[in-house]
Amino acid sequence: MFKIVHREELGQGTVILNEIEAPLIAKKAKPGQFVILKANETGERIPLTMADTNLEKGTITIVYMIIGRSTATFADLKVGDSFMDVIGPLGRPTHLEKVGKVVCVGGGTGVAVLHPITRALKEIGNDVTAITGARNKDLIILEDLMTKASNTLHICTDDGSYGHHGFVTDILKEKIENEDIKMVVAIGPVPMMRAVAEMTRPQGIHTLVSLNPIMVDGTGMCGCCRVSVGGETKFACVDGPEFDAHKVDFGELMLRLHSYTEMEKQSYAKFKGEK
Amino acid sequence: MADTKNKPGRVSMPEQEAKVRAHNFLEVPEGYTLQMAQEEAARCLHCKTPLCTQGCPVGVLIPDFIALLVKGDITGAARKIWERNALPAVCGRVCPQENQCEGNCIVGKRGEPVAIGNLERFVADWERENGSGQLPPHEPKTGKKVAVVGAGPSGLTVAGDLIKKGHDVTIFEAFHKPGGVLVYGIPEFRLPKAIVGQEVHFLERQGVTINCNSVVGKCISLDELFEEGFDAIYVGVGAGLPRFMGLPGENFIGILSANEYLTRTNLMKGYDFPNYDTPVPQGKKVVVLGAGNVAMDSARTAMRMGAESVKIVYRRSREEMPARGAEIHHAEEEGIELCLLANPTKYIGNDEGRLVGMECLKMELGEPDDSGRRRPVPIKGSEFIIECDLCIVAVGSGANPLLTGETPDMELNRRGNVVAEPGSGKTSKKGVWAGGDIVSGAATVILAMGAGREASNSIHRYLTLGW
Repeated sequence: MFKIVHREELGQGTVILNEIEAPLIAKKAKPGQFVILKANETGERIPLTMADTNLEKGTITIVYMIIGRSTATFADLKVGDSFMDVIGPLGRPTHLEKVGKVVCVGGGTGVAVLHPITRALKEIGNDVTAITGARNKDLIILEDLMTKASNTLHICTDDGSYGHHGFVTDILKEKIENEDIKMVVAIGPVPMMRAVAEMTRPQGIHTLVSLNPIMVDGTGMCGCCRVSVGGETKFACVDGPEFDAHKVDFGELMLRLHSYTEMEKQSYAKFKGEK
Repeated sequence: MADTKNKPGRVSMPEQEAKVRAHNFLEVPEGYTLQMAQEEAARCLHCKTPLCTQGCPVGVLIPDFIALLVKGDITGAARKIWERNALPAVCGRVCPQENQCEGNCIVGKRGEPVAIGNLERFVADWERENGSGQLPPHEPKTGKKVAVVGAGPSGLTVAGDLIKKGHDVTIFEAFHKPGGVLVYGIPEFRLPKAIVGQEVHFLERQGVTINCNSVVGKCISLDELFEEGFDAIYVGVGAGLPRFMGLPGENFIGILSANEYLTRTNLMKGYDFPNYDTPVPQGKKVVVLGAGNVAMDSARTAMRMGAESVKIVYRRSREEMPARGAEIHHAEEEGIELCLLANPTKYIGNDEGRLVGMECLKMELGEPDDSGRRRPVPIKGSEFIIECDLCIVAVGSGANPLLTGETPDMELNRRGNVVAEPGSGKTSKKGVWAGGDIVSGAATVILAMGAGREASNSIHRYLTLGW
């Protein structure tokens, strides 16, 4: 069992942060890696990329938006409750290199995933600009952490209620036009990652994205998470989750994410009915 | 045929009727009663040199356990089996006995062989349900520690052997439940998971520690296991890398590896959705590619999940199908169609990226290939379309590089399988043994257990005498 030692509600309670006791995972985890979690006996296995680890406390941190049955089940767990199963660290760590000016772009809960990567890129001496976005001010998450993790932080809101009025890509465009950007990391909803990929493609700026396909085991034994990268089939759980954004077939990823939409609705409705 | 006057045929095991069982996940064969078991046991001739035992990859002393069963000492019979086999309730159900113990039985030369599998199953089930719960005898503690990586059939065999020999055994399992293919692969209706659970629990009661959620290679390396004080390591991680055919459209929604389909239904209990949270795609028109036991399991599962039709598409003819005869027979009884001498060439999807059909070519058999089987040759211009909304790909699996990729000093062959010394299972890395599918490629449960048996003997020699 994996005990929750700290819990926070972000983004007006729609996004939950859990710090979980998992000393063996905390010891091994590197930026970019994920864990698979299962809340209880009847639960499903859900992948979440780690937002942080704490070696001394032996904890890992995950951040998720409540969007369906499993995340709602997770969100019901209080401090002192436990996840039944947490498996990791899984996937390949981010390839960290000192290249100069780097832009890290995050949207939604992708900001949490972006956090350890941003921090690590800064720690090895890159000049890191972070750009995070949300629909409105209340949905902005982890502002403090991202401020510390980056050299400069820009915040965007779709409705202009905080920071820049507009999309993360607006700021990214400006940076690309005016500065010598060597690398971009983009993590968030698929349309956002695709938009970033299209923006950096003409300049040939090396761009990394962390993909979020459906997974079951997370160890390469089922192929549920397969994605097309440069025309080849890859398993995101073992070959990724990070890939070269200019080679990813985002359209296919988006379609595959809808594999179980109807059953997901059914399951969530049953959960809400029971409460 | 059998001389029915002098040699009665085997006692058949009652089973659920095909029409009923095709729609439930309950076990198909219902098991012997004590009377049936003793009647069947009485057919054994108690050969002085039992060929049946030679045919058993773990060398169960078959005539000895049958003699105890005849006498009515079921607990004694169970103990006799445990001397050689840690998982008798599993083996009695899933071994291809026709090629092993029963294939060698002398009674079978002139009639039907003794139903050794059914008897083994009976003894194990009876002892589990009615027995004293007494544990088998153990040797005194040696103080040596062995790590077993993977809780599948070969790892469980090694653990069962070595704990009895007095060593401390810890199993590291990547999934949240132990059993390997016994829990994620073989369906409930062939092997109830409660039975696997109890058989595994029996090892825990004997002192085996099982650490689930431990992905060796990711959360700990083999070298770190040695640093933690383990004296020997057995690697039995199986062949868990699904093969796809590389056809156009393979990533449409509705195309799953058999590993994924069976894991969702069996391990995650998706057949009981939404009481369990894991969804399983509900195909109306299902196609299964491949003709091995995994294909049969997938097809029979799809039928139970409510499919209107299930077709097995295979490029060769019935004669070359690698599945056990009994499994093909069961599948056909349940209404599964065989679409033979057909090979898929591409998948067809709709605007939402969902599978709606596949194009196949008809095949004919040509000259035998390297494997001795006649090679299927496509017939030009014979394309035809099969409508389908779910396709389960069961064309085999390879070696998963998750652990081996992190262990560069352990020699692999060109297919990514671990190179292990025949007869002992020793790898090129000192103190590390390997066996089962990670060495042989995808094979059977009992062969993996046989490899485990050889390795545990070798590990025991190493721990007591040296490398």
